[in-house]
Amino acid sequence: MDFKLFVFWVFSLVLVGAAVGVITTRNPVQAALFLVLAFFNSAIIWMLMEAEFLAITLVLVYVGAVMVLFLFVVMMLDINTLPAREGFTRYLPVGALVVGAIIVQMVFLIRVRWFSADDYPVPTPRGADYSNTEELGRAMYTDYLFQFEVAAVILLVAIIAAIALTMRRRPETKYQRPAEQINVKKEDRLRVVSMDSES
Amino acid sequence: MIPLTHYLTLGAILFGLSIAGIFLNRKNVIIILMSIELMLLAVNMNFVAFSHFLGDTAGQVFVFFILTVAAAEAAIGLAILVVLFRNKGTINVADLDELQG
Repeated sequence: MDFKLFVFWVFSLVLVGAAVGVITTRNPVQAALFLVLAFFNSAIIWMLMEAEFLAITLVLVYVGAVMVLFLFVVMMLDINTLPAREGFTRYLPVGALVVGAIIVQMVFLIRVRWFSADDYPVPTPRGADYSNTEELGRAMYTDYLFQFEVAAVILLVAIIAAIALTMRRRPETKYQRPAEQINVKKEDRLRVVSMDSES
Repeated sequence: MIPLTHYLTLGAILFGLSIAGIFLNRKNVIIILMSIELMLLAVNMNFVAFSHFLGDTAGQVFVFFILTVAAAEAAIGLAILVVLFRNKGTINVADLDELQG
């Protein structure tokens, strides 16, 4: 067993263990931290497949932004007082049955013939002068430029949707009314009274 | 050397586990959202594996777009969750049954 296979086994076992932790733990904070562990381990596995840029992106974007957002929401909502999960043991047998069948079928399909080492030989490792980021950037900014712009629009829509969903006007908060402010007349603010001068 | 079947099997196991997460956690919407993230990760694993073994960067570009869409989905999903919790005071899936009429 060579070293890369050993690394693959170690990190994929930790990855599967973290995935089991995500779906079985009761505490949402623990589930989010298990998911962070899963993302780290899959970043290592992607690194084994020479997808360095995506591995770093997975850590930076997912662990750094999305999972922090998850943890933020989990801690903001006061749901630590969850009662015991109803239905976990009730749905466990049928869930395990269905999921076991799905996994066995997929693994059977993968193992049986089409994806064998003869059809997909292991590629030779790239040299040190190969830049995955450069290759990916070249593909993304030439062949996939339109899709890249669509992705930017999707992110913009997500920003607007998230803000529009969560923004609310509190009745007790005082707001400025700019239209009334600029339409104000002198008579609204100033009152001239005639009175005798006093010495 | 690691053959392609190892990566595909790992992706299949992760996908199955995330389906199990949706089955089992009927109490908590947040863990269901996390299971969806895990499902997307399993799919990305297959994309990266095929990209590596076919020598084509198109698979990695696809993973990039999936990551983008997943980030947008997580942001909107969590915003919906916050609004839901603000209005109903719970995120228990069993309590969200207004559409049953």
